[in-house]
Amino acid sequence: MNASEHGAANARRALAQAAERSAAKLRANVRPAAWSNPAPSGRYNLVVIGGGTAGLIGASIVATLGGKVALIEREALGGDCLNTGCVPSKAIIRSSRICAELRDAYMLGVESGSAHADFAAVMERMRRIQARISQKDSASRLQALGVDVYFGRAHFTGKDTLDVDGRCLRFRRALIAAGSHPVIPGIEGLVAAGYLNNETVFDLAQLPRRLLVVGGGPLGCELAQAFHRLGSHVTIVQREPQFLPQEERDAAQILSEALARDGLAIHLNTEVVKVTRSGDERTAHMVCAGKESTVTVDEVVAGAGRAPNVDGLELKAANVDYDGERGVTVDDFLRTSNPRIYAAGDIIEDSRYTHMAEATARIAVQNALFFGRKRLSALTVPWCTYTDPEIAHVGMYTREARKRGIPVKTFTIPMNDVDRAIADGEEEGFVKVTIKDGTDRILGATIVARHAGEMINEITLAMVAGVGFKTLSNVIHTYPTQAEAIRHAADAYQRTRLTPLLKRLTTRWLAWNK
Amino acid sequence: MLSPVRPDAPVNSDQALLDALQRASFDYFLRHANPDNGLIADTSAPGSHASIAASGMGLAVYLVGVERGFMTRADAAQRTLALLRFLKESEQSDAATATGVYGLYYHFLEMETGRRAWASELSTIDTALLFAGILAAAAYFDGDASAEQEIRALADALYRRADWHWAMNGSAMVKHGWKPESGFLNYGWEGYSEAIILYALGLGSPTHPLPPPSYREWTATFQWENLYGWELLYSGPLFIHQFSHLWLDFRCIQDQFMREKRCDYFENSRRASYVQQHYAILNPKQWTGYSRHCWGISAGEGPGFVTRRQGSLERRHFDYTARGLPYGPDDGTLAPWAVAASLPFAPEIVLPALHFMSDVYPQMKDGEKRLRSFNPSFSADGDAQGWVAEHAVAIEQAPIVLMIENFRSGLLWRVLGHCEPLATGLRRAGFRGGWL
Repeated sequence: MNASEHGAANARRALAQAAERSAAKLRANVRPAAWSNPAPSGRYNLVVIGGGTAGLIGASIVATLGGKVALIEREALGGDCLNTGCVPSKAIIRSSRICAELRDAYMLGVESGSAHADFAAVMERMRRIQARISQKDSASRLQALGVDVYFGRAHFTGKDTLDVDGRCLRFRRALIAAGSHPVIPGIEGLVAAGYLNNETVFDLAQLPRRLLVVGGGPLGCELAQAFHRLGSHVTIVQREPQFLPQEERDAAQILSEALARDGLAIHLNTEVVKVTRSGDERTAHMVCAGKESTVTVDEVVAGAGRAPNVDGLELKAANVDYDGERGVTVDDFLRTSNPRIYAAGDIIEDSRYTHMAEATARIAVQNALFFGRKRLSALTVPWCTYTDPEIAHVGMYTREARKRGIPVKTFTIPMNDVDRAIADGEEEGFVKVTIKDGTDRILGATIVARHAGEMINEITLAMVAGVGFKTLSNVIHTYPTQAEAIRHAADAYQRTRLTPLLKRLTTRWLAWNK
Repeated sequence: MLSPVRPDAPVNSDQALLDALQRASFDYFLRHANPDNGLIADTSAPGSHASIAASGMGLAVYLVGVERGFMTRADAAQRTLALLRFLKESEQSDAATATGVYGLYYHFLEMETGRRAWASELSTIDTALLFAGILAAAAYFDGDASAEQEIRALADALYRRADWHWAMNGSAMVKHGWKPESGFLNYGWEGYSEAIILYALGLGSPTHPLPPPSYREWTATFQWENLYGWELLYSGPLFIHQFSHLWLDFRCIQDQFMREKRCDYFENSRRASYVQQHYAILNPKQWTGYSRHCWGISAGEGPGFVTRRQGSLERRHFDYTARGLPYGPDDGTLAPWAVAASLPFAPEIVLPALHFMSDVYPQMKDGEKRLRSFNPSFSADGDAQGWVAEHAVAIEQAPIVLMIENFRSGLLWRVLGHCEPLATGLRRAGFRGGWL
């Protein structure tokens, strides 16, 4: 081993040690080894099943307000978001973005040479970030807030009781926030060949040279683009004719172009029907409009959506209605068929985002303990797919509005017409704001832009606060910013209010006033 | 001769330009037809397969040829009969090499045998473009001559045989197509497109009509946008705003969607033409040549999948793709044929553009003086002319002939205005007003 190789080996060892330290810190926060469950005493105001985002928010609110609250977690606090979802994926996406920026640096007049990602360092950074953020979700912090934290498996034993590893907890109200888990895709041979899902992909120690991503939903697109930018040769296969089928066609088209530009091998309208394994290689057999083809890769990432974690909770014992695929049945107030018990987060259908978990937990706690009448249907929920460019949406889609017979008009500003986007070299995308025709009421918006997830919040705020589109035209935006596109759209709306009659009048007035 | 639709007749130089363009494109359909079966080649490339859309458009082109004196009525009738007889007699079955099934046709056919080519799909929109031509021929050839009587009888039989309802496959809207190997394609018509003619034909069928809710279901996916200050029913590629207008006069007729918006599809296409011009002026990707008189982004051939670096610019070019605006793909390739096809909507910007582009980029015309797509930004091997499409494409040439004629005389609009099934289809789609 020469000096250079020796130095590289030392660096690898140091990275591995740092990653292990971060992992240990994470475990100490979210699943401390020496934790001993408290002895239950008396009835709890609220017992929360599940220590993910919804459970943590619910328990923290009640504890902060002085209530007696228990939280039960069977694995690790923080849930999917911290451990296997948002946090690790966004850390990796950030590293992948810098690879793309270095690749494209010449477009900004900067010669950077070739970008090379050190995957071990990327993953070490990811674990360090997880460990750091996990402090907020730590058992010790919850304990300090006054939450009784139990690690173990919970199941209901009656309408107002449950059991945690042999200990009986009585409650006035319970919140089921047990989350969800990835569904095993029904592809022939996939399980035997071995595959990764959107959780286990973050356990990879080495960057796969060739990676197949099955599924072109938000998670699939994010992972596919990120891993390709980090250096894998990624093939993405999507059964539908477009990525992100629920989004606007233009948004999906821009994403397709972006992935193609990155160099991913894209197979739309294609189904993976079988996976076989030979040694370390996996071969996926695909069919597109009757034509068969194969692709050989080192790893396969596949997902088929998520299923609610209802097994083992003995929900029937508590008279809680549920469905194995749709989750716990709740009304608009998030109350289950047992009026003492509420549900929030992934375990209820249509709530499978971290920010929805947080929002539903707030509603559930308020309704359960404070005579609240907050409705799930009243929420204005934005979401974002963190590809590059990002695709964010809030409110109603145009097709939804039209099907409901609501006349709508959409104001569109292409990002290539926004000064800051031009200066940044980030011209892909648009801002589309949809209003109810004849009014300035904002019904929804789709933004495709480098930082669409940040920009959509302005529209969400306007919608929640009941601020009309007209008013956004009067909001001074710092110049130059990409968010100015929103004001440009509002300005376009204002111009439509200039009727021919009004224009004649203003022309006369100005002529008279010369 | 039919009376002109516009009182402001173009000046002589415009007439000369339009004459030359119309004649050159017309000639494609004489040169690239199989006289035995009437099929029209998809492109001028040697060995090109036939396209059923091109064949349908060809029938309409013949009508223009008769009116302009480019061919005799008898010749046009014989060419039309050749195609209709072939369509009637060719194999309709689910065999992989048949010509069609359920009265609908595969997108591409072998030029000589008329059998399915390239394992192509049974295409609903291309079948619709074929039938639009068939019904135009049936409406035009209204004489007592035996050939003309046979044209009408064959057209009626073919139209009655087409099972549009089957093409829905039990869904709410018409599917894009079907393949014997894999069944219906996974695509439906979503968002505004050239499919109004498809729905009008399907809804008007006397035998296998589409249900009227299918049209409402489709228009529910439309998006009315304010883009660059223009309010319009948006779609990126220019041809989408033209293909249904080759056949139907949408001035002053409105469906529910357009009634709500106080607009009509003709006016919408006018605005789309202006948006194209506006985009070229903005020229966000800084391509060579784009200007107020040099525009036109549509689906078509391109220089190929090539990425080049020019200073601090990345230049990505594409092969055949559905170019559109404002989100792309836009690789600097312009489609002058699509500019010409906007003539009835916005002659005040189209005529100057055609003159300008002809003067500045004479290479966009081939040896036969036909317009073809070109890309002045793509300079291969130091070729200052940039890229020019090697071959003429039938469904680009036909719109030139037909829309120049619609601008001049309203020929196709007038002929198909008397086509009862299409009028019925439009009424079932909810269109009212104007000539309806």
